[in-house]
Amino acid sequence: MDLFHNLIFGFGVALSLQNLWFCFIGVFLGTLIGVLPGIGPLATIAMLLPVTFNVAPVAAMIMLAGIYYGAQYGGSTTAILVNLPGEVSSVVTCIDGYQMARQGRAGPALAISAIGSFIAGTICTMFIALFGPPLAEIALKFGAPEYFSLMLMGLVTASVLAHGDMVKSLAMVVLGLLLGVVGTDVNSGMSRFAFGVSELTDGISFVVLAVGMFAVAEIVDNLGETEERQVFTSKVTNLWPTLKDMRMSIGPILRGTFLGAFMGILPGTGPAIASFSSYMLEKKVAKDPSQFGKGAIQGVAGPEAANNADAQCKFIPMLTLGIPSSAVMALMLGALTIQGIAPGPQVMTEKPDLFWGLIASMWVGNFMLVVLNLPLVGLWVSLLKVPYRILFPAIMAFCAIGIYSVNNSDFDIYLAAFIGVLGFVWRKLECPPAPLLLGFVLGPLMEENLRRALLISRGDATVFFTRPISLGFMIATAMIVILMITPAIRKKREQITD
Amino acid sequence: MKVGLLENKDFLSGLMFIAIGAGAMFIGSDYPIGSALRMGPGYFPVALGGIIFVFGVYTLVQGLIKKEKLVGAWSVRALILLPVAFVVFGFLVDHGGFVPALVALVFISAAAGSEFSFKEVLIEIVVLTAASVGLFIYALELPYPLFPWSR
Repeated sequence: MDLFHNLIFGFGVALSLQNLWFCFIGVFLGTLIGVLPGIGPLATIAMLLPVTFNVAPVAAMIMLAGIYYGAQYGGSTTAILVNLPGEVSSVVTCIDGYQMARQGRAGPALAISAIGSFIAGTICTMFIALFGPPLAEIALKFGAPEYFSLMLMGLVTASVLAHGDMVKSLAMVVLGLLLGVVGTDVNSGMSRFAFGVSELTDGISFVVLAVGMFAVAEIVDNLGETEERQVFTSKVTNLWPTLKDMRMSIGPILRGTFLGAFMGILPGTGPAIASFSSYMLEKKVAKDPSQFGKGAIQGVAGPEAANNADAQCKFIPMLTLGIPSSAVMALMLGALTIQGIAPGPQVMTEKPDLFWGLIASMWVGNFMLVVLNLPLVGLWVSLLKVPYRILFPAIMAFCAIGIYSVNNSDFDIYLAAFIGVLGFVWRKLECPPAPLLLGFVLGPLMEENLRRALLISRGDATVFFTRPISLGFMIATAMIVILMITPAIRKKREQITD
Repeated sequence: MKVGLLENKDFLSGLMFIAIGAGAMFIGSDYPIGSALRMGPGYFPVALGGIIFVFGVYTLVQGLIKKEKLVGAWSVRALILLPVAFVVFGFLVDHGGFVPALVALVFISAAAGSEFSFKEVLIEIVVLTAASVGLFIYALELPYPLFPWSR
């Protein structure tokens, strides 16, 4: 079967010494920042983008992906041990995981969260291998109108389903598209919105925007809050879960995996929503729901599997269609572009080593997380004692060096400072920055496809509604928007995202 | 409850979007618009500006109706000092050298926090600078002069 050929080929790539090393660095860094509150995968990936320039594309993507799923893992470690979610996705894990730790069962909780994530990762690797190629094949047949509609659907659903005010999210998407336009227009050679600044004629650098908005603005924001971190560590003894634990967990893990995988393909739903839904589901199907909140192992197993599944399946639309469904995926797309690879369905056929190597590396990385991290729990917890006041100047230093190394241009640093201020203002105004990044990545592509679509149709905009696939995307987009403004669902959504 | 316009988050967001949208349409209309058949460089930006403008008006009106206040604490000090740290780094790395730029950056950044211990910051500067020089200049071979006199 093709599937196994491809996977074996992928493992061949992922298991090369260089790629294993980058996978290890990725998951290690990911766990590290997952453990440390106040710095998330977004900021880290943004910060490390410049470092990946000198690395082969496959290795770069493997490392960045490792940071992403490693962070989910690290976040749950601290959630269980110290009741402190390192990432938003592990908020739910705090509920029962911490209770388990207090009952002296921290070991089994950590182990089951690792095992759950690993099983979810394994199943999702198969998912991607199974559904990726047919999806890419369909997408290869898309013309400009289909692409435009698809991007529109991706952007609209990502912002509508995401946390926060819908209209503001949409406005931020459009603002992102607009920022993507800055620079020289490829068709006319005219420079747009450059304000006479020669550095701007090349456009706004992706790294500058991402670092400014996610690293600098985040630090400014964090410094406004008063730091309060109590490390109250329970000793980890007896790592292995009992047979009974395993039996109780396997159902939740499988349900969580499928739920997470489904949510992962939808744009805009982050791992936090996946793990939350899984928790609610497990509570509903449990024989004894009263145990939830008092250290039920199902409440750890399900959500942990779900958030890992979600994180991995987010790669499906990114790799096969070239459409980012979350800010992290936008960063990944940016990384691809910087490496000189045009994202889209052709990646799979033109760069099979990248596609299959990356997928196989996720499985390898998940395995590393289980093997390496359980024994290292003590180290991670001691890291929590590093105060933020030491941490953030170091982050600033890495950001500045990273940005400068892209073009050796001081202008980029000034621009990042400015975007950092803007990013902070947006945070305070509750205008979500993630949709802006999605728009920014897709901006030039969207303009180009709109131009081409209208050229084919001789300027007739109904082309988006007369071609069947394009019409399908348009209807789906409209339906999601209508669904979301229905009062009942709107209320429910507000409950969940709060 | 009375919420002033200057602390009404949706009113302010709306205002910002309106300004950006109007600005984009104004500047964009200087570029040839073209037609739908042959989109000029002005076509897409002007359309986007129009959309942002409309979203802005909606958000502004929502703000006037809902009157929700800005939440969360501010650190004016961080908001000023962190960008300044970047600007100083940018200037020094071009006109001074890698080491002075980094020292200034870490020092100014650290000063943006609420707790500041001179001794601690000094140690951090030494450690970070040494590590960065080792990693970026020697290991990754970035071609930046270390000191003003070494350029």
